[in-house]
Amino acid sequence: MSTPFPASRRPDAIVVGGGLHGSSTAFHLAARHGLKALLLEQTYPGRHASGVNAGGVRTLGRILPEIPLSLASMEIWHRLPELIGDDCGFVHSAQVKVAESEADMETLRARDVELRALGYTHEKLLDAETLRELLPAVSRHVVGGAVAENDGCAIPFRAVTGFRRAAERLGAEVRSNWRVERIERTGEMWRVSGPAGTAEAPLLAICAGAWGDKISAQVGEPVPLNPEAPMLLITERITPFLAPVVGTTSRRLSFKQYPNGTVLIGGGYRGIADRDSERTILKFSGLATNVRVVCELFPLMKTVRIVRAWSGIEGVMPDAIPVLGPSLKAPDLVYGFGYSSHGFQMGPIGGRIVADLVATGKTNLPIEAFSIGRFA
Amino acid sequence: MTDGMARVETCDLAVIGTGPAGMAAAVAAAELGLSVVAVDEQSVPGGQIYRNVLASPVAARLGPDYGHGAALAAAFDAAEGISRRYGTTVWTLSADGEIGLRGERGDIVLLRAKAVILATGALERPMPFPGWTLPGVMTAGSAQILLKSAAVVPADGVVLTGSGPLLYLVAAQLLDIGVRPGAIVETTPGANYRAAARHWRGAAHGAATLLKGLKLIARLRVARVPMVSGATGLSAEAGADGAVARLKYHCGGRERSVACSLLLVHQGVVPNVQISRSLDLPHDWDAAQRCWRPRLGEWGDTALPGIFVAGDGGGIGGALAAEEQGRLAALAAACRLGRIDEQERNRRADAPRRALAHHLAVRPFLDALYRPGDDAVVPADEVVVCRCEEVTAGEIRRCVVDGCVGPNQVKSFIRSGMGPCQGRMCGLTVSEIIAAARGMPVADVGYYRLRQPLKPITLGELAQLEEVAQ
Repeated sequence: MSTPFPASRRPDAIVVGGGLHGSSTAFHLAARHGLKALLLEQTYPGRHASGVNAGGVRTLGRILPEIPLSLASMEIWHRLPELIGDDCGFVHSAQVKVAESEADMETLRARDVELRALGYTHEKLLDAETLRELLPAVSRHVVGGAVAENDGCAIPFRAVTGFRRAAERLGAEVRSNWRVERIERTGEMWRVSGPAGTAEAPLLAICAGAWGDKISAQVGEPVPLNPEAPMLLITERITPFLAPVVGTTSRRLSFKQYPNGTVLIGGGYRGIADRDSERTILKFSGLATNVRVVCELFPLMKTVRIVRAWSGIEGVMPDAIPVLGPSLKAPDLVYGFGYSSHGFQMGPIGGRIVADLVATGKTNLPIEAFSIGRFA
Repeated sequence: MTDGMARVETCDLAVIGTGPAGMAAAVAAAELGLSVVAVDEQSVPGGQIYRNVLASPVAARLGPDYGHGAALAAAFDAAEGISRRYGTTVWTLSADGEIGLRGERGDIVLLRAKAVILATGALERPMPFPGWTLPGVMTAGSAQILLKSAAVVPADGVVLTGSGPLLYLVAAQLLDIGVRPGAIVETTPGANYRAAARHWRGAAHGAATLLKGLKLIARLRVARVPMVSGATGLSAEAGADGAVARLKYHCGGRERSVACSLLLVHQGVVPNVQISRSLDLPHDWDAAQRCWRPRLGEWGDTALPGIFVAGDGGGIGGALAAEEQGRLAALAAACRLGRIDEQERNRRADAPRRALAHHLAVRPFLDALYRPGDDAVVPADEVVVCRCEEVTAGEIRRCVVDGCVGPNQVKSFIRSGMGPCQGRMCGLTVSEIIAAARGMPVADVGYYRLRQPLKPITLGELAQLEEVAQ
């Protein structure tokens, strides 16, 4: 790895957004390209989606164009300690998707055929018996499922902090409470400005999550990003009963038990997101549906107490895949935002791709599907 | 039990908490013709200060103040137009007055109220020092709860430590039931006496209150209860059985210790801001009392129309002040709902306002006298701060070194405040530690972002809400 830059060195690149993707971008700029990043964050790193998500590190059930990236990211998750000197709380555990009916099972079989035709082997079908061995507490109505054995979960805020600190050790500068409101190209430089002042660098990366569209619109590339507030809740500690992370096929659920015994429940049920005030409001009626599904799948959960519920602001695109790639209208500008509430696992690779694009204009992974041009 | 569907109910005014503020508010609102739902987690009215006041087996021996509470509780109990819900937990409360209640049997009610008065009172200030988590260490307030409701007499070898009038009150109440405390180890900083002396005018107005305190202390002296003042550097140590066996402290330049089998600790009370925080209402740091208080108007009105705070939950003023604040908030709620006009509201507010000013006059003196010193609220590295997640002060300081600038990052990073008590036991301490470590005011460090549910509920209970029409 390279050594830190002298403090006086001016930044080579400005990274807008201090979440996991921005922090990963700043880290990879230094580690792979010897470039110094100035990371600008509107509140504090990991304040929103990156720091408060469900922590699932999942290749299972990815939309097809995301699979190569997700698999590459998974490799990074498994070797974080050697890469950034922190495991980010990553625990290797299978991710399982249960089929609650024959129709669900048919959906999973069709997916399996599709993946194998494309040469992917990271997902496997499970019959009822094998599934029950993995999930002894699951309700009797479950007929089978699919599993990705190489997946896991991590601690979101620790992951953001791990990448941020690794970037800082390599010389990146991180500024909190630095909201970027305007970007301008002046000569060979990008100039960004906001209430905290102005900053300049030749290169610019936008990893601003649910706020990314506000920046892209300024260079004539508006995108239909919808800020959403998926809700999560966590229970008191209970006796360990569940090793894999569990999802469903035709209903919405994300369910896992942490090593400390607490159980995290999500499923993308929405609260109210207020992007301008950076606040979210919970809607317990949605969470009620969420926990009804849990009680049906794991009847033992009925009497377990909920300790907290929360939400963060995610940038969701209409086609549920991110905007990832170079600007088509302005030079030396790269986007990596709008991961549509499944960007946590993609953080390590997303930042590497953005860093590679910023530094060299190229990446060795297929990203055509994510081009901002699809909204032009 | 939990497979039912939530019921939806409506009322003019919901009063959360039936201590002095809540009871007075409910009675005043009902008199003005409002339909009132008053909710409390306990099975009887009274709150903490007048706990179990209508039925306490030792009521007669708990003094005339407790008797005043009994009269208020009796009026509350007899008033028409109040639906009293005991054993009921408020687990959610929205900005527009929709309140999720859980009854004793796990039944969920969604109460839609046109106005809400939060009368949730105070909590004992967390008092972290080495050994405060040992078996046999409890807060003076919880000891008092045992006294008031069950007359459970703590064993021999009771020592009280900390600061604040409750220490003397509990010690005297122990004497009343035949238990002589082994010692009272007072931590009030010496400088506080000088600071308090500047507020002598207010103290003179509150002479009756102060006289009560002096009488308590005199009684303890007559009973030869050993009293130490100006103690610092507290630590509790365990005996062979793992329970607390002695309290060590510094005093007069020497290390001292006193044997105990029950150590009662107290460092004053602070507003219970769980609900007002969860509503994102603005709060101010009260430097005099070293606590947060919601920003309130003269009627206890908050930034949210129709939501009021009355009593110690809005700033510590004591039971008598709380009662008057409850009456004022009820008048404002009735005016807002069109039951009385502003002129009538103001006219009726006259008496409670004068009484309130009278009861509050002594506060600056008491606040200055009992303001906890740094020693009491900013613990050493090895002390557990968050008891639920077992996070120490040292771990919090390391987070600050790692770049965590406030309580919410610390929470995300090391889980402090994430346990079942939802930060009630550690919130103030975490803010104080971060402020001290960063050398900045607590006001700028801020507090945990609190989220509902306000109290843990089960998945089965929450699921009842699914079918309710939105």
